[in-house]
Amino acid sequence: MPATAETVRVRRRLGRLERPALAGVLVREVINYSSYWRSVTFSSTVEPTIYLLAFGFGFGSLVSTVAGYDYVEFVGTGTVATAVLFSSVFAAMFGTFVKREFQRTYDAILAAPVDTEELVTAEALWIAIRASVYGCAPLLVAMVFGLDPSWGMLLVPLICFVTGFGWASAGALISALMKSIDNFSYVTSTLITPMFLVAGTFFPISGLPEWAQVAAWFNPLYHCVELVRAACFGFDGWVDLAHLSILLAFGIAMWRLAIWATARRLID
Amino acid sequence: MEENLAIRLRRVVKRFGPITAVDGLDLDLPFGTCVGLLGPNGAGKSTTMKMLTAQAIADEGELNVLGYQLPGDSKVARAEMGVVPQLDNLDTTLTVEQNLRVFTYLYRVPRPQRREAIERALEMANLADRRDTRADKLSGGMRRRLLIARALVHRPRLVLLDEPTVGLDPQVRQELWALIDALRSEGTSILMSTHYIEEAERLADSVTIMSHGKAVATGRPSELVAEHAGAEAIEVYGPPDRLREVEASARAGGMSTRRTGTSVALLRLDDATNGGPPDGERRSANLEDVFVLLTGEEIS
Repeated sequence: MPATAETVRVRRRLGRLERPALAGVLVREVINYSSYWRSVTFSSTVEPTIYLLAFGFGFGSLVSTVAGYDYVEFVGTGTVATAVLFSSVFAAMFGTFVKREFQRTYDAILAAPVDTEELVTAEALWIAIRASVYGCAPLLVAMVFGLDPSWGMLLVPLICFVTGFGWASAGALISALMKSIDNFSYVTSTLITPMFLVAGTFFPISGLPEWAQVAAWFNPLYHCVELVRAACFGFDGWVDLAHLSILLAFGIAMWRLAIWATARRLID
Repeated sequence: MEENLAIRLRRVVKRFGPITAVDGLDLDLPFGTCVGLLGPNGAGKSTTMKMLTAQAIADEGELNVLGYQLPGDSKVARAEMGVVPQLDNLDTTLTVEQNLRVFTYLYRVPRPQRREAIERALEMANLADRRDTRADKLSGGMRRRLLIARALVHRPRLVLLDEPTVGLDPQVRQELWALIDALRSEGTSILMSTHYIEEAERLADSVTIMSHGKAVATGRPSELVAEHAGAEAIEVYGPPDRLREVEASARAGGMSTRRTGTSVALLRLDDATNGGPPDGERRSANLEDVFVLLTGEEIS
């Protein structure tokens, strides 16, 4: 065998979160994406758009302004968070479960020089990248119906990325904790649907009873909605910094928990 | 540390709750050889395989793979080995070539060598004319060849084959044996778990028979046969009562016996003390005789 780079043996422990390992997992996702991007893009963009149009026209005919915004502006910016949520948490829940239990993909990846930490991180990154693109779809649709473009909107993909990373990690965590894919419906009904509704997407939180307003602060989606609105209509200093900090904390917490739970599932 | 061993296991123990799947296993795999891990279902073969890639962490014992200590240095070891899983885990919506490309990244084949690595793997698995076929459109045999090719893109020094031909036609099985044999003749070290005796007999330089998580015998297949079963076996056919009778008298006479379902096979004929074995069909003793003798007739 000729002495090529691959036959040179480096006698050392490989580090954590190595770039080649992350790249390997990402490349697998990207190549697979080429075979299913149509359906994912369809559901991830059309669904929030339908919410946007339904609420926009439905409620929009009853109320013209909400919290000082045109209702289309209010809902158009709010459904960005919906698009991020749908394209990240469900993709991660179902995707990781199928790859772990049915396709056994993770067994193959972990037999390669990739650790669970790298596997979970790379997959969350990939879903977050997708969410940062899909999250912009409602904004573009809202522009057609009168939302004015602004420079701050350029930050929306970044906000979507941070939120998407957190939700992707949360999805991976949920998937690792569930024994059966049927149990996902418990989580969807008790956790995800309420969060999706009480996030200030379709109606302002300020109209809710006080306990619900407090609860909304524990909802990462609410902070995403607020940040997106701030990016589109103007930032409000410390409050927005608080929103961003909470989103980052959510992302980091879910990321570490997802790694822990996934390793427990994959390594005997 | 012996430098000439690709795999060295010492007193390895792995428990799952109350069950001890691997119970003090010793295993040596000299570089450039093919070792067959033989045993009935539940003997601990798959758990052993998983421990070698740190997908299961041993509770006790020493594991050394390619000179690296496991589980701490498992990642470096994994970079230099290829794994063919028992369960097909190809990306089914990707083509043959795409499946291989993904693995050139996962196994860190340097960019300038990726193209060539894919071609070599396609060639080796005889899949070059199927490169653009989706994995879910391949036959069972082709999928298995692709699984093997996928494990070879980075020219591993050690390949783990977990039940490489389980559930395949005899024709397909022969095809895979040729592929594994070619790999071995290139000097790749191979650990192959199997419960097909013939597979181990044909491919393995050395066989370790596992039962209840322990290695109960290790050696060249022919040596194991000579040692545990003798040169020849006699098969006696008859109704169940007659078989029981033959069995009892043979055992009393110092021979070993095993049921084959329809007959009783008498083994270790040289040990016969009571006037020699009864009449029956003579045949060469084989590894299957050893396997059943050592791992028991009862299905656990």
